[in-house]
Amino acid sequence: MNILEIKHCRKSFDGVQVLSDISLTVSEGQVVSIIGPSGSGKSTLLRCATLLETMDGGSLAYLGKFAVRDEGGKSVYASHAELKQARACFGLVFQNFNLFPHYTVLKNITAAPLLIQKREKAEVLQTARDLLSKMGLADREDAYPYQLSGGQQQRVSIARALAMRPKILFFDEPTSALDPELTGEILKVIRALAAEHMTMVIVTHEMAFARDVSDHVIFMDGGVIVEQGNPKDIINNPSHERTIQFLSRFN
Amino acid sequence: MTLTGMILKMSEGLGRTCAIFFLTLLFSLPLGLVVALLRMSKNRVVQAVTKVYISILRGTPLMLQLIAVAYGPFYLFGYTLLVKQKLLAIIIAFALNYAAYFAEIYRGGIESMPVGQYEAAHVLGYSKGQTFMRIILPQVVKRILPSVTNEVITLVKDTSMAFTLAYMEMFSIGKQIANSQSSFMPFVIAGGFYYLMNSVVAFAMSRCEKALGYYR
Repeated sequence: MNILEIKHCRKSFDGVQVLSDISLTVSEGQVVSIIGPSGSGKSTLLRCATLLETMDGGSLAYLGKFAVRDEGGKSVYASHAELKQARACFGLVFQNFNLFPHYTVLKNITAAPLLIQKREKAEVLQTARDLLSKMGLADREDAYPYQLSGGQQQRVSIARALAMRPKILFFDEPTSALDPELTGEILKVIRALAAEHMTMVIVTHEMAFARDVSDHVIFMDGGVIVEQGNPKDIINNPSHERTIQFLSRFN
Repeated sequence: MTLTGMILKMSEGLGRTCAIFFLTLLFSLPLGLVVALLRMSKNRVVQAVTKVYISILRGTPLMLQLIAVAYGPFYLFGYTLLVKQKLLAIIIAFALNYAAYFAEIYRGGIESMPVGQYEAAHVLGYSKGQTFMRIILPQVVKRILPSVTNEVITLVKDTSMAFTLAYMEMFSIGKQIANSQSSFMPFVIAGGFYYLMNSVVAFAMSRCEKALGYYR
């Protein structure tokens, strides 16, 4: 079953084409990494997929249900209720965490399941505490975000996303705001999620990580997918000129 | 008239001073938020009208606004304000005026919020209203508290403006005594009262800031 299906996505900002004809399919349990230089459109693609940005053309479907249809080359968004349904399918982990600073760690995780999903309090608390101990933060549930390191904050934000029980989890450069040591913490967590067959799409600059953790790697540049396929092939032996150039420092 | 006599006489007006103060806050704080939201509306017409409102209320003296609210009905409809309605006129003028200032403070606070807070809430499924009430507003309140304190302190002193309408609050009584007794003392006493009230305001507001200091 395809969790996510993006077809012929187009997007431009003020006449500048940022994404042109991007298609991407993610099936259950798959881990897809998107790599590429800054300004290549990776983040915009992720923002289109998470409905934070509207696409100009193309379609978007979660679990086979359209959130965005393509009608004559133009994107048409589904109804408010249908978009809400689509939104319930995914979680997003931001580059700069975006935790709610006025909520404790625990409340950051439990607020949305209680308020939005109207789940039972005891169950939500249990879920949140399980997630926190999985993230190695069992003793920090009463802390406020400012009291945590960047790596801890990012782990809380991953827990916050997971508490919503998403079918697919997006990561937008989850380690770009972190130093190498803290980056390691986060990559470990994502690896653990991959081992549990969590479906994930990860925009990252960590090449070795992308190679090791993902089933599929996409290299983007200038708003198009330049090359994609098996992570080891793409990252160790890129075939396209631009990919070779981009990865030359890494290899 | 003795000093004590003056103080006692003037303190009879403190209740009215406090009435202006608290009623103005009660109405202008929520009204200011509404005005701020209208000011940030996507509708150009609403935005423009709100801009004009803010510009006029901030650009003309509060004293003139008091006069306009109190005597405007007479010139417009031949309706003379009853004595009982003086406080009403004062509260309307004060609330409209302070709402304009508070609106700009709210707007500054709201616009200073990082867009990531909206996006995080949006992705979690929060509606616009839920995002604003639960995520944005609580943080905005903390951010704008120092500026609000400034306005509240100004408001304490502005209550003296009610003498324009001969509303017998503390300052108007003082002015009356000053005239009848040819004494400067009532003004000194009024200054002392305002200073005292503002010390209480400053203390209360710093307590509020401390109470919201549990996060950064």
